[in-house]
This record gives sequence, structure tokens and C-alpha cells, in this order.
Amino acid sequence: MTAPTNSGSTPPPTPPPPPSIDRSSLKEETISDAVIRFAGESQDGIQSIGGFLARLAGRSDQDVMTYMTIPSTISGGPSIFQVRMGTGEVLSAGDSADFLVAFYQHSYEEHIEHLKEGGVLIYDSDNVTPDTTDRRFIYVGAAITGLTIEALGGNAKTKGKNIFVMGLLSRIFNLDVGKLRELMGERFGGKGEGILRNAFMAFDAGYAYPADNILGRYYQFEKASATKTDKPQVSMDGNQALTLGLIAAGVRFGAGYPITPWSSIMEALRTELPKYGGTFIQAEDELAAVSITLGMAYSGYLAVTGSSGPGLSLKMEAMGWASMAEIPLIVINVQRGGPSTGLPTNVEQSDLIQAIYGSHGDSPRVVLAPRNVEDCFYIALEAGRIARKYSTPVIILSDQALATRIEAFDLPDLEELMRDPRPDLVPRQEDFLPYDLKQITRHAPPGTIMKGGRYPVVTGLEHDEAGHPTGNPGMHMQMTAKRRNKLKALAKDIGKTNVFGDREGDVLLVGWGSTYGPIREAVKLLRSKDEQVGSVHLHHLHPLPAGIERVFSRFRHVFVVEMNDEGLYGYGQLAGILRACYRHPAIRSITKTDGLTFKVKEILSGIEHLRGDAVATFSAYPYL
Amino acid sequence: MASTTLIETPPGGEPREKLVKKNLTADHPTWCPGCGDFAVLSAFYRTLERHQFKHERIVTLAGIGCSSRFPYFVNTHGAHFIHGRALPFASGVSLARDDLHVFVFGGDGDGFSMGGNHLDHTARKNFNLTYVIMDNFVYGLTKKQTSPTSPLGFKSKTDPGGSVDQPINPMKKLVSSGATFVARTHASQVKHMMEMIDRAIDHEGFSVIECLSECVEFFPGAFDASIPRKGGEFVTIEEKKFDGSPEDESRHDRTDEVAAFNLANLEWPGVFGVFYEEKRVTKNENEANMVEKARAKHGGLSDLEILQQSFDLMV
Repeated sequence: MTAPTNSGSTPPPTPPPPPSIDRSSLKEETISDAVIRFAGESQDGIQSIGGFLARLAGRSDQDVMTYMTIPSTISGGPSIFQVRMGTGEVLSAGDSADFLVAFYQHSYEEHIEHLKEGGVLIYDSDNVTPDTTDRRFIYVGAAITGLTIEALGGNAKTKGKNIFVMGLLSRIFNLDVGKLRELMGERFGGKGEGILRNAFMAFDAGYAYPADNILGRYYQFEKASATKTDKPQVSMDGNQALTLGLIAAGVRFGAGYPITPWSSIMEALRTELPKYGGTFIQAEDELAAVSITLGMAYSGYLAVTGSSGPGLSLKMEAMGWASMAEIPLIVINVQRGGPSTGLPTNVEQSDLIQAIYGSHGDSPRVVLAPRNVEDCFYIALEAGRIARKYSTPVIILSDQALATRIEAFDLPDLEELMRDPRPDLVPRQEDFLPYDLKQITRHAPPGTIMKGGRYPVVTGLEHDEAGHPTGNPGMHMQMTAKRRNKLKALAKDIGKTNVFGDREGDVLLVGWGSTYGPIREAVKLLRSKDEQVGSVHLHHLHPLPAGIERVFSRFRHVFVVEMNDEGLYGYGQLAGILRACYRHPAIRSITKTDGLTFKVKEILSGIEHLRGDAVATFSAYPYL
Repeated sequence: MASTTLIETPPGGEPREKLVKKNLTADHPTWCPGCGDFAVLSAFYRTLERHQFKHERIVTLAGIGCSSRFPYFVNTHGAHFIHGRALPFASGVSLARDDLHVFVFGGDGDGFSMGGNHLDHTARKNFNLTYVIMDNFVYGLTKKQTSPTSPLGFKSKTDPGGSVDQPINPMKKLVSSGATFVARTHASQVKHMMEMIDRAIDHEGFSVIECLSECVEFFPGAFDASIPRKGGEFVTIEEKKFDGSPEDESRHDRTDEVAAFNLANLEWPGVFGVFYEEKRVTKNENEANMVEKARAKHGGLSDLEILQQSFDLMV
């Protein structure tokens, strides 16, 4: 056997010193944040610019949030990536861009209207001819394609343009070139010296281009305030955070079927779990995926399966079994636009009702939603805790925006958080009952010695306490109550719901999932205008935290902001549930279904509209 | 052998009660009197008595159907899963826990119809488990509808004029999907049934047995042609002994797919025995090897240290 190589521990080659530039004649402009949109083709590697900037921000005093759209075509096609870098808390990807980097004429034409007035267009002058008579914008042209080819030699084709642009931006924003080179060393060092050398050459060529002279200035991010923690920061996307959270939660087994945008989780688990002695396998279909996972869960492990929209529908029957048989299980649904194949690479929050109710029969289960990338990590731990404690299936509703967005957050305290993955095979006593009515089910996995000599069968048939099939009406009612009441107990075990902003007043915004940032930003903005506005962001969507209705009653208006349709009755999916549960007439809806994350201004116009009108709902359709 | 399981084998010093039929029986079967499935159950008890596995390590699993009630009638750890998905469920158990002996029982509807796709993939991946398909050529639990193995012309509630759809040939399907142990037996032949289950247990990988098991209620007499006391003939496969003798020439080479197909094409009621057997790496071994390689690469690090490393790469 050859000695294993560990790419993580080999030191990257020492990067050469950054070229020095003289800026004495230029103006320094301090900014608190900047929204930069890159528009190109999907093969241009613009996502990796975002990755580098995110990592850089994580190692500096900045926060970062990225936003990516990729076409659902297999290869090629337009692609955009938006980065918002700032000092302090960055909450949303930004409504419109301060900087637009356009690689092609179509990128320019399609995205110029998303550039703020006074914003800077950086364009590849080899491919883009902008209308410079439009005085709203500032134009910085650079022969990105030509200069990259020149820097790398003739056979490089157009690869490396992304790194060139990173060099260009480093100069404009006075970024820490030393740290960026360190990151490039880590990223490319393992791929061979030639690749790393090319990356440095492309970067230097971009950095050497005097874009700051053309602008007559360079920018400098504000220094972070002292409130920033001194914990190291990690940067990753939501799917990566979920994957690592699952491992920390003790998940060691699972099965899945590829579907966008869930696939990157299963790919990562496939590689990661064997390191921990477990495995994640690709199944022949979604039904097999959930069934295999239930087999793993039945054998005593915390196991995970996952999918996106259509795949979740396919898993529903087996999830009904998990409710009936009372098996702990984690199911991840990375939501995308639906129904059917829908919008595979766009964001939507339209699977909530399916997640809660999408099975035949009364089949209670738990539904959670992470609010940002950091939360993707912690929600996996919460899902694991609940699945084990309440012996129940738990669905995590992430979404496309969270899955592909990179954010920086504090390194978690892993020593504190890691959970033991091993099955509980302690011999069971003679009085063991798999479906004891007096307590929450705690199964005896196979391999467990049963002292009483009777071995349990877990089942999807209605059963008595010992697991025998029964059609007894009283028993069906008692068992239905048992399955329901454990989740009512969970509702009390969730903890207090935090209200952000004002604790009482005019408007309460209610949200779930990835709308967290824009909602919070809207609250901040309105409060800065002396309005009394607060927000609650729900982690636990089913069961809802006990006592939440008391928060609602302290506000004149309760507006539920979600990325789904207002439906036949004028309420988005969560809004409909909240109205049904709490019968609170102040609850109304702000919804949209354009496949994009909420803009702050869309929320603001929704509030304005609903406050002045008695209608149930406001749908933001910016392009209509 | 490498293992995907994180279980340390518990010390087995304690003296154990011998595993006999008495402690293997559970609920009284709900099958109709005279159902072929009783004989399969009885053969299973006797096979387990013979093997003397640790009681807690035997797992009996099933999907939905008359025969899929099996787990309630065997006193072992068990699960009664959903229609057609017993094999994926069992694959998960087998993979996560290779300390267990995994048995799946089901019928022709569960196995060939609702679960047809899973049968193909479980077979080609070669999960280590034993699957007995109790084939009665009819849907019994739902009271006489056409099954994927119902012969042409069979009159059922869904085909009152007689079935018109070509039935599945189970042996051909199983051989072509890559099952590594394929046998055919008959519920009226207990000794033969036990021999097949025994050999299936000994086989490392996915072993599957089609067991003709008469539904006396909805398709009585379906298998008379293979029951000697009803005037039929029970013809068993003579397997090659590879002894170079002239009579060995005409015997069946069970490692030969084409020969297995030829046997499967014989006129009804055909022959019984092992049609095909092959030694091929199991899914369990493949996954275990992956684990072993990944573990070796992270030589001796704890789970916490490995996860910490992943985070360090993201700083």
C-alpha cells in the first residue's frame, strides 16, 4: 500500500511578495459595504471569485454574504454571482449592485439595470461595448480576456479570467493581497506548481492593471468595531454547513438520489462519512433512498436522506411509515421553485405544507428551517436531538439560496457539540414495550438482547403497545394521540421565541428560512425612521413553539413574509397555517414567486401596501 | 474482514439457551388454513434451529402482502415495512450492521411488481442478505387480482376475461439483474426448501429464492403439475460436480448464466434447485473497503479531530 497523502497538512508553497503600487496621488474612499455582481457564463469560474472573497472576509474584519444563480442547463449559459462584503453584520445579498463586472455583452445588457445609479461598471473590453453615453454609471474597461491570455501564454485560452478579475478588485478595494495569495496557495497548491504559478500570474496581471487610476480613487472597508468576536471565522455554503452539522450530530449513515440543489450534500457525505466509519450510498431512486435510510435508522443509527421538491414528494409514503413506526430520521429538503420540475436552480419556500402534511393519514413529524449558513450547521444538531429524543422523522427545509450562498461565521465549539453516533444496544428488561403508551417510544435496535425473550417487530400497521397489529378503535385513538402528544411536548421544549427589534408596536414581520436577512434589514431600516417594528423568525415550523401567539397579540399588524404563492385564499403557506392555528385576524401575507431572494425594498413596499389597505395579501412581482 | 459497522461485538461468554422452535414462534399466523406459507415458516424455524445464530442477531423483514406478514410470526427482531420497499430497507440494515443475519420475506406482487426496480438494483449491487419470494401467482391480501407472475389466461377480478399480460419469468429476471445466488423451490417440498435456504444463508452476497407457495383460496391447484402426490412431477436440478465423469457432462453448471436461462425457459412447471451462483464482491465489502481506506488515511484520529480538520480548511 502506498503511504497516504494528506493534502490538508502539506504546507502551501510560499507565495512571492505582492507587487507594490504607488497610490499617493489617489483618493481613498471609506465604505461600510459593497455589493459586487459578477455576470458571465457558468464555465468562467466566477463562483470561485466569490469563494476567495468570502474566505478573505472570514480572515479579515469583514462579513460576507454571497448570492449565486446558475442556469439549470448542464454546462454553459449565463451565470451570475453577487457578493456583498461589509463590516459588521451583512444580512442580505443587497437589492442592487454598487459594482457590476460584465464578462460579455449579454451580461452587460442583462444586468446593467441592476447597477445602482453612480455605480461602477467593470467590463471586459474585448467582449463588451457599453453605452457610455448613459451618464448614470462610471465605466472601467479592461481587456480582461486579452490581458489574461497575455499573462498566461497563448495556450491558456480564457481560463484564469476569474483570477485576473480578483487581482483587479484587490487593487480597487485595497484588499489584503498577502492573505489572498495565501488562500490561492491553499486552493491551488495541491493541484501542481504550474497551476499555482498560472494563478499568481493572472492575479498579478489583474492587480497591475491601473483600474484605480481610471476611477481616480480606491476604496477601503471600514475597520470592524470592537464588538467582533475574536473567534476564528469559517466560510462555507449552506450545504457544506448542513453536511458538517449532520456529522457533528452523530449521523453516520444515509442514502440519497441526485437532484439539484440537494446533490452537493450527498456528494460530500459520500466522501466524508467513511472517514468516521459510516457510509452514504446512492440509491436507485428516491423511494429506495428513504427506505435504505430507514433501514439504517431501524438498526440504531441516526441516519439521513434528502432531496429537493419532487424528490420529497416521492419519499412521502415511507415517511408516513416512519411516523407510524416511530423511527428517528432526518430528511433534508433543499427547496427550489415548484411544482414539478419547476425552477430547479431558483429559490422558493413552497414546500412547507408538503413538509408538514404531505403524507396520507395523520402522520405527525417535525419540520425545521435554517435561517442562514451558520444556522444550517446548528439546525442539523437540533434535528438530531429531536429525532432521537422524540423518536420521530424530522424534515429540515433549507433552500436553493442557502445551499449556494457562502457566508463567514464563528468556528463552532465542536468539542462541546459532537454527539455519540453509536446505537443503544443495552439489553432490554422483561417489561420492555416498543410502543409503551406511558412514555415516548425508545426502540430496541436489532442486536439488542431482550431479557424477556420476546423480540419486537416495528411496524406500519396500527399496533398495540407490544407492536402486534390491531384494528381496535380505542387502540388506534390512543396510539394516534401518543404520536401527536410527543410533538406537543416538543412544542414546550423549544424555548422562547426571540423578537428582534420592538417587542410591541405597529408591525411584526414573521419569517422562516432564508428570508431572515432581508427581513431583519427591513426592521432595522424602519426602526431607524422611528417606526415600531419587530420580527420573529421561526426555526421550528412544526410544531410551532408554544406561546408564540402571545407575541402576535402585541402588534397591530402581523405580516408573514415568505417566498411562495398567496394561494386561493390570499395567504402564503406559513400565513395560512398561523391563521388556522391562532385565528388572529391581524395575520396577513407578503409573498412572491419570482425565484429570487426577497429584496428589502419589496418587503418595505409590502408593509406600506398592507398597512394602507384591508386586503389580505401583497404579492411582490417586480417584473410585472 | 473490513466492516462498516461501528458496533464492537459484545462479549459473548454468557451461556445461552439453545435456539429451538419454541422460542422462535410468535403470533399465530393469520394465513388461511392450507396456505403454502405455513410450510415456508416451518422450514425457516428448522433452518434457524440448525444454524444456531445468536437470537438477537437474527432480523426478519418484510414489505406488504399475505406472505409479508412473516415477521409477526417469527420471534426475532423484525420490521414490517411498506409495499415493495422491503429490499432497500433490508439493504440499509445489512450495510449499517454487518453483525446481523438479515432475512427478507415477501410475495410476487411485493417483489416483482411494486418492488421490481429495487430487486434489480439490490441484485446488481450484491447486498449481503437472503430474500425468499413466496410466489403464489395471485394477489391474495387484496383478494384475487392479477399478479406479475399470473399465467396468461388466469381469471382474476382485474382480468375477468383472463390475464393478457406476459408474466415475469422470475429466474430469468433474477439472473439477468445480477443476483449472485438464484434458486427455485416449492413449499410442498420441505426438505428441498430447507436445503435452498441453507445454501442461501451460506452464500456471501444477495441470495434469492423463489418458492412456489400455493394460495388455496384464490388460485388453488396452481402448482399441481409440480406436486407428485397430485400427479405432478418435482424435477430437481442436477448440478455439475466437476469430477470429469461422463455423466457430469449433462449436469447443470450453476456458474453459467446461459445454462441458467435455458433451464428457466423449460416448459411449465420447470425444474427446481440452484439455477445460478457466482462469487462476486458484495456491496458490504465495497463500502467497508472504502471505510478502511478513509480510516487509514486519517490514521487514528478521533471523529472530533477529523471534523476539526474539515473546519480548519474553511478558516
